[in-house]
Amino acid sequence: MFEHFPFWPARASTSAGQVDALFIFLLLLCGLVCLAIFALIIVFALRYRRRAGHQAEHIEGSNALELTWTVVPGCIFLCIFVWGAYIYFQERTPPEGAADVYTVAKQWMWKFQHEEGQREINELHVPVGRDVRMIMTSQDAIHSFFVPAFRIKQDVLPGRYTTAWFHATKPGTYHLFCAEYCGTMHSGMIGDIVVMEPAQYQAWLSGGGSTLPLAATGEKLFSELGCSTCHRSDMQGRGPNLVGLFGKPVLLEDGRTMIADENYLRECIQNPTLRIPKGYKPIMPTFQGLVSDEQLNALVAYIKSLKQSQPKQAAGSSVAAASQQPPATQVH
Amino acid sequence: MTTAAVPMRERENYLNQEYGIKSWLLTTDHKRIALLYLLSITFFFFIGGFFALLIRLELLTPAGDLVQADTYNKLFTMHGQVMVFFFLIPAVPAVLGNFLIPIMIGAKDLAFPRVNLLSWYIFILGSALMLYTILNGGVDTGWTFYTPLSTEFLTTNVVAAAMAIFVVGFSSILTGLNFIVTIHRLRAPGMTWSRLPLFVWANYATSIIFVLGTPVLAISLALVGLERMFHLGIFDPRLGGDPLLFQHLFWFYSHPAVYVMILPGMGVVSEIVACFSHKRLFGYRFMALALIAIAVLGFLVWAHHMFVAGISLYAALIFSFFSYMVAIPSAIKVFNWTATLYKGSISYTTPMLYAFGFIGLFTMGGMTGLFVAALGVDVHVTDTYFIIAHFHYIMVGGMVMAYLGGMHFWWPKISGRMYPEGWGKLAALLIFIGFNLTFFPQFILGYMGMPRRYWQYSPEFQVLNVLSTAGASILAVGYLLPMVYFLWSMRYGKIADDNPWGAAGLEWMTTSPPTTSNFDEIPTVTWEAYNYDQLTEVPVERQ
Repeated sequence: MFEHFPFWPARASTSAGQVDALFIFLLLLCGLVCLAIFALIIVFALRYRRRAGHQAEHIEGSNALELTWTVVPGCIFLCIFVWGAYIYFQERTPPEGAADVYTVAKQWMWKFQHEEGQREINELHVPVGRDVRMIMTSQDAIHSFFVPAFRIKQDVLPGRYTTAWFHATKPGTYHLFCAEYCGTMHSGMIGDIVVMEPAQYQAWLSGGGSTLPLAATGEKLFSELGCSTCHRSDMQGRGPNLVGLFGKPVLLEDGRTMIADENYLRECIQNPTLRIPKGYKPIMPTFQGLVSDEQLNALVAYIKSLKQSQPKQAAGSSVAAASQQPPATQVH
Repeated sequence: MTTAAVPMRERENYLNQEYGIKSWLLTTDHKRIALLYLLSITFFFFIGGFFALLIRLELLTPAGDLVQADTYNKLFTMHGQVMVFFFLIPAVPAVLGNFLIPIMIGAKDLAFPRVNLLSWYIFILGSALMLYTILNGGVDTGWTFYTPLSTEFLTTNVVAAAMAIFVVGFSSILTGLNFIVTIHRLRAPGMTWSRLPLFVWANYATSIIFVLGTPVLAISLALVGLERMFHLGIFDPRLGGDPLLFQHLFWFYSHPAVYVMILPGMGVVSEIVACFSHKRLFGYRFMALALIAIAVLGFLVWAHHMFVAGISLYAALIFSFFSYMVAIPSAIKVFNWTATLYKGSISYTTPMLYAFGFIGLFTMGGMTGLFVAALGVDVHVTDTYFIIAHFHYIMVGGMVMAYLGGMHFWWPKISGRMYPEGWGKLAALLIFIGFNLTFFPQFILGYMGMPRRYWQYSPEFQVLNVLSTAGASILAVGYLLPMVYFLWSMRYGKIADDNPWGAAGLEWMTTSPPTTSNFDEIPTVTWEAYNYDQLTEVPVERQ
């Protein structure tokens, strides 16, 4: 109902309704409390105005009242906290099987690449009714991916991936804004999110001519850069076998265990000696500066696509299941 | 400070005891130093205000047409830096606190009068660096100096601006130290902690933040400078640094600094509300405790500025939780001020109008704080105009209202003259209306999704931006008025009584203006704070 109000932003994702609900609740609650306080102030100010024959009464205070207006707001605040945290938790936990869109932000444009290989600049086509996960990095300053109609925002940092996901619900064209100040043309770093019906989206996908899927591009790079000489799938290589690695815990030489998420893969390519998997030697050269952010994305997409052909119930599967929780945006 | 107009037979006071520029520049009198600060920060207030007006004029139309994009970025950067570091932070502590704290506790001066003068000179040194930054082409980092933008990608006067704020921070640290020692050591006989006016408590809480927080700001800005010059790799991910580290360091100070920009205002408003309700403040102990609680909890909420920055889910939960905890003492304060009015004897003087304005606007600023502390909502509204509106309701609607209220309340004490009451009320009204017209539409803009720091914007945001700009012009008139009539009153204002408001507190028991040593004889305090039951009301017509 509220989206027909003037000055109310379009609501085009599953989280938009949730955010609006809490926002409207807060508006009503705070509006009422504000009105009550203002009414009290006005009534007191008029009723007890200074005039001849009226004397102030001397009141010290009241512990009961103090306790009331400490505990009652405290409890209400806790409820708001839990509600807000619940929405945030969902926003930060991408569902399984979302379509990945790799995003590279730079001063002052947005570059997107779909898993299917299509590239776009300052425009992103997505289908209605599908979970879409943005895997984002920046080439320079910090930017922020903000789609008001989806009520989502996520800063995009250089040197790592941050992620955001959404599930568009209504076809249309919506604003994409950069929300983190990034220099001269910050306000020009804008674009359109085009939400399409699935059929139209398929047409759009196939309309751009034949493009190599991102993982295939990654596969090509993987052999061009010589990765495949050490990272072999037959366990004979000098580097770890990458098949089925993604999303699994990795035991490191220093005893820590890390989840092989996008950020882990990215860092292992950029700075391989920082985290050595147990049993391997620090012999991999760094690829920092040798591969672009787009190429990194392709490599990561390729490694993610290397799934074991027969998912077996391995001994470590309980660890693997428990490890799916932390979102890829974690700071280490 | 024209001294020529002082009548020959006026009583001796701190203003007329000595004349000449040297007697001001070398003074160690806390009251004269307060006036030196008053001149300095007023200067910066109008510079910052001028930048704000240019920003609002640019935003009148969706296209970026009045100034260049880079100029616009410099305007909002320098507006923020000037207003935060050179006006809001020193406003109440360095001007009113400096002037009033020794008198309120029955002391002749601060504990370290020369350090007090030194802190003003450090402020002036920082000011000179800031003016150099402005005149040398400005700086466009945003007041927050976020890395790696500030360290790697900008070619403006970043180092000079960082140094200006680095330097001016030491002035805050020294003032804070001075206040803490003074309040501990120089209270008059009988002036126990539970008899201290809340204004003193508020400045005490503020001083704790100054002393604990400001060094961290200094370190983070020094690191920005070093990173820029020597590429140390502290914040640059290409060299193994972490850009988020800067945000943590910066907000570790700058969130508590938000409380520096409100706690002293709460102190001012407490004094005003008690006086013009002619009543002891409701729940004195809770009010004092709430001030300290805000100062302490304020150190535990900094990462709520970073919910979308890429911090971990669990860090976000903790910082959201503490943000709600710090809201509790703020709520307690609003309830107690309101309860103080109950069965009071309320007169609507100019300071009281400002206090009413403060309570209303602070309540709205604080309530919208509940919106932005809610993680799910913050994701949508952070870095939009909702945030701009939220913190302006606290800092301008709250702090500037309190500061102006305090200036009017203590003006008779400071200058020995009364300001014109009618003009005072008009200005207070204009400021209240102008403020709401400027900033209320920005809440709506923010929820619609207009990001902050945008030089050009989408046309659907224009109507509300036009309203906001219209409000800003009313606000500008409102701010100019007191400037004019305060100056006017120094010569033509009615001579003030020692206690024109019938107010409690030691500052009203000495002469207006006080002598250099504040009291002929150090008073012995035998009464509680706000002993309005022992004081006679001043009838409305005599105010």
